[in-house]
Amino acid sequence: MNIVKARKLAYEYIKLDEDGKLESKSRAVDDVDLDVQAGDFVAILGHNGSGKSTLAKHINAILLPTEGTLYVDGKNTQDESKLWEIRQTAGMVFQNPDNQIIGTIVDEDVGFGPENMGVPQQEIWQRVEDSLKAVGMWEYRSHSPNKLSGGQKQRVAIAGVVAMRPKCIVLDEPTAMLDPNGRKEVIQTVHELNQKEHVTVILITHYMEEVIHADKVIVMEQGKIVMQGTPREVFSRVEELKAYRLDVPQVTLVAHELQKAGVPIPNGILTIDELVEELEKVRRK
Amino acid sequence: MAIKIEHLNYIYSEGTAFEKHALKDVNLELPDGQFIGIIGHTGSGKSTLIQHLNGLIRGSSGTIYYNGENIYSEGYSMRNLRSKVGLVFQYPEHQLFEVDVFTDVCFGPKNLGLPKEEVEARAYEALRLTGLKEKYYKKSPFELSGGQKRRVAIAGILAMKPEVLVLDEPTAGLDPKGRDDILNQIAKLHEEQKITVILVSHSMEDVARYVERIIVMNKGKVMFDDTPRRVFEHYQELETVGLAAPQVTYLMQNLHLKGWPVRTDATTVEEAAAEILKYCGSGR
Amino acid sequence: MLREITLGQYYPADSVIHKLDPRVKLAGTILYLISLFAFRSVEAYVIATLFLGTMIYISKVPPKFMLRGLKSIIFLLLLTSIFNLFLVPGNTVLKIWKLRITDAGIETAVFMAIRLVYLIVGSSVMTLTTTPNDLTDGLEKAMGPLKKIRVPVHEISMMMSIALRFIPILMEETDKIMKAQMARGADFESGGLIQKAKNMIPLLVPLFISAFRRANDLAMAMEARGYHGGEGRTKMKPLVYKSRDRMAYLVLLAYMAVMFAVNRLGLVESFFA
Repeated sequence: MNIVKARKLAYEYIKLDEDGKLESKSRAVDDVDLDVQAGDFVAILGHNGSGKSTLAKHINAILLPTEGTLYVDGKNTQDESKLWEIRQTAGMVFQNPDNQIIGTIVDEDVGFGPENMGVPQQEIWQRVEDSLKAVGMWEYRSHSPNKLSGGQKQRVAIAGVVAMRPKCIVLDEPTAMLDPNGRKEVIQTVHELNQKEHVTVILITHYMEEVIHADKVIVMEQGKIVMQGTPREVFSRVEELKAYRLDVPQVTLVAHELQKAGVPIPNGILTIDELVEELEKVRRK
Repeated sequence: MAIKIEHLNYIYSEGTAFEKHALKDVNLELPDGQFIGIIGHTGSGKSTLIQHLNGLIRGSSGTIYYNGENIYSEGYSMRNLRSKVGLVFQYPEHQLFEVDVFTDVCFGPKNLGLPKEEVEARAYEALRLTGLKEKYYKKSPFELSGGQKRRVAIAGILAMKPEVLVLDEPTAGLDPKGRDDILNQIAKLHEEQKITVILVSHSMEDVARYVERIIVMNKGKVMFDDTPRRVFEHYQELETVGLAAPQVTYLMQNLHLKGWPVRTDATTVEEAAAEILKYCGSGR
Repeated sequence: MLREITLGQYYPADSVIHKLDPRVKLAGTILYLISLFAFRSVEAYVIATLFLGTMIYISKVPPKFMLRGLKSIIFLLLLTSIFNLFLVPGNTVLKIWKLRITDAGIETAVFMAIRLVYLIVGSSVMTLTTTPNDLTDGLEKAMGPLKKIRVPVHEISMMMSIALRFIPILMEETDKIMKAQMARGADFESGGLIQKAKNMIPLLVPLFISAFRRANDLAMAMEARGYHGGEGRTKMKPLVYKSRDRMAYLVLLAYMAVMFAVNRLGLVESFFA
């Protein structure tokens, strides 16, 4: 079943000048059809301004489409009576870890969502424990978020969303402000949630190496979906990716260079091990 | 010789519960005209180190010489030093405040007490060097994209005509396109202006392509200080301190382990591909 | 100096004081402050000192932390002490030029200084052992009756707790902005009052813009997590008095009674009589 279904979705930013007249119009999301299957790990890649964040905010009904429709778990996001159900179904994690932590203690922050939902007190505690354990931050439950590293803060933010028991989590560039260690931590946490808790994950990022284990990769450019498929399918179109100036992993590039020089290796090499294995085959021939 | 650091130590909040030895006996020479990368993960002391270079932080012990003069000697002008060693901080949002880009860039030279014509001439020159298009000069700095803001922030420092340009994580928060553009611009700047450029980063892959020397910081100490090629040879040790060599380094090392007679010191995709190709032909 | 303020800086530790209901701590702090100003005798101050010392000991917060809050009032402390020293009439002890230091002046200065220090340290005991959220919860509950006259109690307490969370973040940011501008030759120290105020613009503009951005982001994050005001909300940590809270009230009562008794007995004449 599709947990997210968008049909001809478009979003227009309208900029008015000082007199209230229309100054400019820009289509941040342009005619997008999107289907995300429940339980999948979907990555959306693109540059700043490609519309990927605008699209993400639609899934949580923070933004409503100016054209087209979006269904989250069968509910139309434009149906105002379903608003809180939708936000509960599709949780959202943002880029800046500092600006989304509300509580002054880790456990209080994780409890914030369930409190808003009116979950009984006993159950809140259970949920806080479960979700902090799921992101590996249980031992920090009584710490102040200000004392945590960027990666840890982001894991707390993820736990805050997990505690709402969403079917789907949308992460809007959760690693953009982190260092390499923090990035690894967060991506690993998200993969674990996807595999163990079967939460659908929609990861928005501009780092290619974060998407190689996704089930599906979508590339956005100027508000449109320009490529989609499994990581292998997408990564085998190296020239196209380079044209969009996306960061292709170095091994994929090396493999591509070798291929161009006539070495018989298949398309879409994603990891070092794969390339070494393929090269070994070539050598043994 | 531009900057010489001798036995520099820095201890945060000495004598309190938060006491932290942020720099431990750092000794470095940073000659004129070099393009240097300082790498380390968060908390390695790299940001603390560069703030010593222009006197924003004063070392707990040790000495720093700028052009042979001890910056801690009495009567040494820190404000003068700050115009010579230009430091661009990580977030341009922390320094942009004026009504338009051009006025903002004028802030630095104006603080140097220069006449108006000189201030404006410098601002133009600085903005030109950062490659920002002229149509943005009169725009509000807050309306610009991340990459453009970064250029304005760099111009704000360049307008002071520094002899050393230090950039703290100039690519943080940028997308790959913005990152490549800004790094290329910085490389061009180094080439044309012949000034010393120090690039602080936590990404080896970013830095390896550009710099001639890498200083790796770990726990407040200088761990490695060498050419990129020779620093990456220590890829296993780098990994233990939470850093990683470029992916091609791992590829070449892995092939080497499998008995390929390849050289293992490739740092870029092109070098790696060329090296592997040498040994692919024979088997076919 | 900005970064030295400990207000709103919770220090996590496992102590009885930490576990007390914030309402008890609020009441305790207020009573303690009242006691400092109402009972002015050497005995009363000895007991107040013992009481404060015991509380700090039980709280398991390193005393260093408690004292850090004082740094921000050192100036005020010196100023009031100097005023008291020279301006309170009494028997002259020392004469410097035209200024006279009197015995009453010394006493007032010492007691004022003690009061001020205890006031700050006493409130620090509360802020260091109570999470700002607990504190605002306590206030919300204490102000509960005001809801009936349409005071938006929940909103006020939510705003307070958010402000408390962001104070340390904005402090740090202020420091970073200052450094970034100093690297461009900005000067935050020299010049007259007007010049100084003008020099603050390069600091204040980026700070405000950042604060607004954070506010905007936070509002979005709160909405995404289903926040829609106090209606229909449950509490993860509801305030319920436990037996230790009742005990604490008894202790407070006892403290006030002893202070009152000591003061009434007046073994030593009050200096302010």
